[in-house]
Amino acid sequence: MALQRWFQRAAQNSESNERSGIAGAPNVLGLAVSREEWQQAAEHVATGGGRLQALWASRDREGHDIVRVAFIAEQGVLVLSLEVPATEVHYPGIEQWFPSANRMQRAVADLSGLRSTDPDTRPWLRHAAWPESFHPLIDTHAPISPSVPVIDSYPFTPVEGNGVHEIPVGPVHAGIIEPGHFRFSVVGEKVLRLEEHLGYTHKGIERRFTEFPLLNGHRLAARVSGDSAVAFSWAYCQALEGMAVAQLPNRATWLRALALELERLANHLGDLGAIANDAGFAFGLTQFSRLKEELLRANEKALGQRYLMDFVVPGGVRADLSSTGVRFLIDSIESITPEVNELRAIYDDHAGLRDRFVGAGVVTPTLAAQLGLTGLAGRASGQAFDLRCDLPCEPYGDLAPKKTVRSEGDVAARVAVRFDEVTESARLMLQILRELPAGPHHVAISLPDDGCLGVGMIEGWRGPIFLALEAGAAGMIRRCHPHDPSWQNWPVIEHAVIDNIVPDFPLINKSFNLSYSGHDL
Amino acid sequence: MLKTLGKICRTGIITELPPLSDESLRVVDALQSRILDVLGRALCIRAVDAGSCNGCELEIQALNNPLYNIEGLGIRFVASPRHADLLMVTGPVSKNMEVALRRTYDAMPDPKLVVAIGDCGCTGGIFGESYATCGRVSTVIPVDVAVPGCPPSPRQILSSILTAITKAVPETSRLRQNV
Repeated sequence: MALQRWFQRAAQNSESNERSGIAGAPNVLGLAVSREEWQQAAEHVATGGGRLQALWASRDREGHDIVRVAFIAEQGVLVLSLEVPATEVHYPGIEQWFPSANRMQRAVADLSGLRSTDPDTRPWLRHAAWPESFHPLIDTHAPISPSVPVIDSYPFTPVEGNGVHEIPVGPVHAGIIEPGHFRFSVVGEKVLRLEEHLGYTHKGIERRFTEFPLLNGHRLAARVSGDSAVAFSWAYCQALEGMAVAQLPNRATWLRALALELERLANHLGDLGAIANDAGFAFGLTQFSRLKEELLRANEKALGQRYLMDFVVPGGVRADLSSTGVRFLIDSIESITPEVNELRAIYDDHAGLRDRFVGAGVVTPTLAAQLGLTGLAGRASGQAFDLRCDLPCEPYGDLAPKKTVRSEGDVAARVAVRFDEVTESARLMLQILRELPAGPHHVAISLPDDGCLGVGMIEGWRGPIFLALEAGAAGMIRRCHPHDPSWQNWPVIEHAVIDNIVPDFPLINKSFNLSYSGHDL
Repeated sequence: MLKTLGKICRTGIITELPPLSDESLRVVDALQSRILDVLGRALCIRAVDAGSCNGCELEIQALNNPLYNIEGLGIRFVASPRHADLLMVTGPVSKNMEVALRRTYDAMPDPKLVVAIGDCGCTGGIFGESYATCGRVSTVIPVDVAVPGCPPSPRQILSSILTAITKAVPETSRLRQNV
């Protein structure tokens, strides 16, 4: 196994040289590689069934530019670092093995100025607001912005042929949703090609992180994508606590898992209603938005917040859960679960819904594997990966969650996975609430040394959330790269809609429900 | 079909009707009559995310659930700015959304109202002003009402709509007289 050798080398390396170690999430190994090894490793990971988790660049203490990539395989997580000397024009791209690397490499070029060998050199996150010569993560001065806002002209790939026409959609969409641009090339009603243009909500999060103290960065992490606040802030804290070698009390990790499952439940309930609504079944939206509201009110009563934005803090959780709160949440979950089962039976029996759901927006397991589809959508297309089961952090090892996998890869499968995960999340939460360990919910943590690198990985409701954190001097953040699974899944939607009709796009898009903010950063 | 109908009957009408003494909910009653007084028809809102983290969107969407039942109050979210009386904006305005936000505002018929939602819309919030954001919404378009919160609750968002309507009275009546 060629892939195994890379893990062995990384393991030997971390034993012999403690400084090269990466703290935080379980089973993470780091390795510095050469240009040739960088591409060789990517090829071995791809052929060995591993997946690309994230790709980002940073400038270290000594001023060296380093591009890093995180791969996930059965053995764990492998973080490779490649130093890019100023004399080298391009670092080797890995898009031929991992197509989703294309946009990540273009984002690195926009933000850090390091270019890959990928021939697609179009900007990705940079529109027209700042010049190409300005690299937000490297240049400390402010860019010279155009005095009048300039309209961006992005070179979409044109589709030609008899009767082909284009439909541009966005960035402002018809509903109460985030902004992005979709360019459809269609014949009649049928979609020949969809090209996405994102980056509209880019608000400089990665540069903003460098203005935050390490002990306060979890607040910004929680706002990378508001619907995944618990997952991002937990990933941040996991990375930080790993570097600080903090041992968390059991009660703290159990309460974090409770918050993460509450977040999963709230989002799944919202989506189950909204997906049915996009298929014309308003009853579904009414019922599920009612259940979601009940859950959010239970959150507020038990934990003090409807959305758990700043619940996870370095060293534990912000507030303890009282015994009244425990009883309240148990009652709430026990009242929601049977209603969800009842509604599932209605969805399954509804001929009109089945007609819209089944066979819409199909991503076959083969295509999903090639494109690196991940998370919830991946599990609906045969990609049996869930961090909670495959690389569990505390307390998921004890909770032993069940993984849901389907192979149809259509809207119906993504709905079914959500239903199954609602049931499983409810089971996990009831177990957590009944067996919650006693003890403190928070411990003080020390500051990690300048130059330490930590990684956090948490299975959010959408998929695996990854976060890399580098400690700087005087308790500040040197670099923080948060990575939402939407990076992997957005390009797959371009494939999922091919040969579907334009009116099914909102339905297909909603069945993925990807984050714009989490992607645009 | 029977199961669906049964569920609808069992759920009943759950929209929250406040007792008269409930101050926080009286806002809703007042809101409906003000809209009728001022506009004489439904209030149409166009929501634009100008760069938010999507937290505020979740709470704005909640206004459509049967407990808040915003449509029952005569307020509706519409798909085009040309149909809208009020523009609801979230987020620090990202530089990449600046032009789109201005164009949406320009496309609305007069008189137009703007409500900025959330800490980011009010002040730039945790993201502040940077190479990538213009900060608060009022740096890009005029704002009538700003609602703090991260995210603000659906009830706070509802009451902000009332505040915007109250401010709009003189200008709207004047326009009416002209017609």
